[in-house]
Amino acid sequence: MKIECTVNGQREIIEIEPGETLLEMLRNRLGLTGVKKGCEVGECGACTVLVEDEPVDSCLYLAARVDGKEILTIEGLSQGGKLSKLQQAFIDEGAVQCGFCTPGFILSAHALLKRHPQPTEEEIKQGLAGNLCRCTGYQNIIRAVQKASNE
Amino acid sequence: MYGVKQLFVPATVKEALEWLHQNPQAKVIAGGTDLLLKMRNQAMREVVLVSLHKLKELEGIEILPDGTLRIGAMVTFTQVNRSSLVREKLPFLAEAAVTMGGPQIQNVATIGGNLCNGAVSADSAPSLLALEARLVLENREGTREVSLEDFYLGPGRVDLKEDELLTAIKIPLPRHNKWGGYYYKYSMRRAMDISTLGCAVVCAVEAGGQVSQARIALGTAAPTPIRCRQAEALVAGRFLSPDLLIRIGETAAGEAKPRSSWRASKEFRLELIKELTARTLVQAYQNAGGEYRDEN
Ligand SMILES: Cc1cc2nc3c(=O)[nH]c(=O)nc-3n(C[C@H](O)[C@H](O)[C@H](O)COP(=O)(O)OP(=O)(O)OC[C@H]3O[C@@H](n4cnc5c(N)ncnc54)[C@H](O)[C@@H]3O)c2cc1C
Ligand code: FES
Ligand code: FES
Repeated sequence: MKIECTVNGQREIIEIEPGETLLEMLRNRLGLTGVKKGCEVGECGACTVLVEDEPVDSCLYLAARVDGKEILTIEGLSQGGKLSKLQQAFIDEGAVQCGFCTPGFILSAHALLKRHPQPTEEEIKQGLAGNLCRCTGYQNIIRAVQKASNE
Repeated sequence: MYGVKQLFVPATVKEALEWLHQNPQAKVIAGGTDLLLKMRNQAMREVVLVSLHKLKELEGIEILPDGTLRIGAMVTFTQVNRSSLVREKLPFLAEAAVTMGGPQIQNVATIGGNLCNGAVSADSAPSLLALEARLVLENREGTREVSLEDFYLGPGRVDLKEDELLTAIKIPLPRHNKWGGYYYKYSMRRAMDISTLGCAVVCAVEAGGQVSQARIALGTAAPTPIRCRQAEALVAGRFLSPDLLIRIGETAAGEAKPRSSWRASKEFRLELIKELTARTLVQAYQNAGGEYRDEN
């Protein structure tokens, strides 16, 4: 089946399978490998992308649903080769170790900051509750979001 | 890749119902957070799906002319939480909505899917039982309404025919001017965890401080989510007291039939029921404007 959507600001017309996940469409058809394939059961958030500004687990989401919708992946965050404030804050605060969880965390945090430009620590924890990190222990990630929110 | 043979995306409810009538083997997909997981776990193949994601008629939250609050079946938990109408009329339901999953799941999971899935741990069920919610079910032949309590038939089984869609949830708004509600979810983690036990209470308080009426509902405490009518009868017309709260907890535990699972033993669940029923009642009473201080 054919769908039409906007991915990182660019209009796309894509031929997909009915059982295809949004994760598979973004990685395999559009080459957006910043979308990570982790648990594939909605638990880890590594596959998080934004659909109409809201984080969703792309592994548990049929690609057919994004017909007519706007999608943002980690590849669409930097502008003109310059990292977003949030991306830079993740680097500055050492919020990245192996990096596998990072695109998902940054997109969840990006959506959070759009809704709550000055979130409390509790709001940050809630906003990131659907993302798991096996390396950093979360403290640096929370600090990075706080840093980006203060700038 | 999920094992989908065909995916039908109707533009209207009428079209969806007609198609379901002709394809009774088809499965309905709303958010897909239960169904897709099941398809993966059971390695289901050749599934025929009808997706509700373009049905505008199943969206929206509004007050009907008869004063009930209507929540469309495709409304997500995030939308329940953010709705200014829900926050104003049923603030505890707005809070209860974000006790489930995490943001990514709340953004996709629908309240209709939560109920139709029939899980005993469904986080929307206790609150909606305590609110005496009614479900609007439609097929090609017509529309019927059932109470949520009657909708639950048994473990994982609900009163939904193959060719039917749940289109909306109707909630009679509490009329009493001093009322409050609360949902207590007991789970190992605060997010991304299924409830070990859930308790919801809606209660109304008299000017003098007596409870005029309370409705108590439990999740994961019996084969289906349940109301605890004997416990409710005990509290009607009474002032809260430590003794009364103990009796209410024990009575609710007597009405429940919890099982042991890897999450918790039956014995632990019985203790949770006693304690959480009392705590949730006190919190609902306080949310209704009642004053109660725990002397212990
Ligand atoms: C990581 C994760 C965490 C979760 N955490 C929780 C939690 O904490 N609490 C909780 O309660 N649940 C939880 N769930 C379960 C699930 O997200 C919810 O039950 C959700 O509300 C299901 O809604 P859905 O729209 O995704 O349903 P779907 O998966 O689309 O459908 C579920 C079932 O209902 C049927 N159905 C759906 N809508 C209709 C309709 N309108 N008419 C007729 N039939 C219909 C479908 O055919 C299917 O059988 C979790 C799931 C995941 C993956
Ligand atoms: S890969 Fe999607 S949530 Fe883990
Ligand atoms: S940095 Fe390795 S999982 Fe988060």
